[in-house]
Amino acid sequence: MKSLAELEAIRKKAQEKVDLRTERQEGIRIVVGMATCGIAAGARPVLNAFMEEAAKRNLKDVTIAQTGCIGVCRLEPVVEVYVPGEEKVTYVSMTPEKAVQIINEHIVNGNACIQYTIGAADK
Amino acid sequence: MKELSLHILDIVQNSISACADLIRIDVTVDIEADLLAFIIEDNGKGMDAQLLKTVSDPFATTRTTRKVGLGISLLKAAAEGCDGGLEISSVQGEGTKVKAWFAYGHIDRAPLGDMVETIVSLVACNPAIDFVYHHRMGEKHFEFDTCEIKKVLGEVSINNIEVISWIRDYCREGIESLYGGVE
Repeated sequence: MKSLAELEAIRKKAQEKVDLRTERQEGIRIVVGMATCGIAAGARPVLNAFMEEAAKRNLKDVTIAQTGCIGVCRLEPVVEVYVPGEEKVTYVSMTPEKAVQIINEHIVNGNACIQYTIGAADK
Repeated sequence: MKELSLHILDIVQNSISACADLIRIDVTVDIEADLLAFIIEDNGKGMDAQLLKTVSDPFATTRTTRKVGLGISLLKAAAEGCDGGLEISSVQGEGTKVKAWFAYGHIDRAPLGDMVETIVSLVACNPAIDFVYHHRMGEKHFEFDTCEIKKVLGEVSINNIEVISWIRDYCREGIESLYGGVE
């Protein structure tokens, strides 16, 4: 059974890491559209795939956030990736499998998955 | 929506848009009474009488109310299609309460689905908002309160990756225990 003592241990560990952390630049932001259209199209498993994969790879500088309707409901679930200093990349018709691939190829290796972007979908 | 937990995730977005910082989610399952109900209650900015009258009508929404248009009407249709209903009460400046109920055994009722993923999504994406989740299943119940978690965490953020994993496991164990024990 999960206990609060375990949570306390996580806090101690996390706090040590915070103390060690030096000045760092702004991290990568992954934003998932979570309006009615996004949720109905399957945004929740996509969001959770991003969170789980980021946890698995121990990516500390990545923030996963949500937003409302981005405006292209027919292409939901929509995900936007903001890498500091680079142009925003918008991914459409997302699935948990694509989310794992985007973490690996785009976030970790720095190569956007062009085939899943809104530009590729509209061709 | 394929799961009621997705409706809940969707309706809570309205509370978030209404600048709530405390959101209560209550789920009640009472098989003997043939009832599945949930209440979402927030301390957001609330709605005036005019808006309250039109929120559940998808065609009456104006531009400012567009955000609440479809989510509420989809839930209302789902509930009414299962011999249930939807009730919204709101006081401007105090908050809003949405209650939906379904006949538990109705053939068209969507499953409650994965409440854990709904809770985790909400907590991870809204670290500044407090969530109180209460799930009652017959005699048993489970409660999860982010205020308590934050007390333990001190200055460590609730959306820390390891904390979120702990919350996921904690809620999964708690909710599974309501339905006959942890597998």
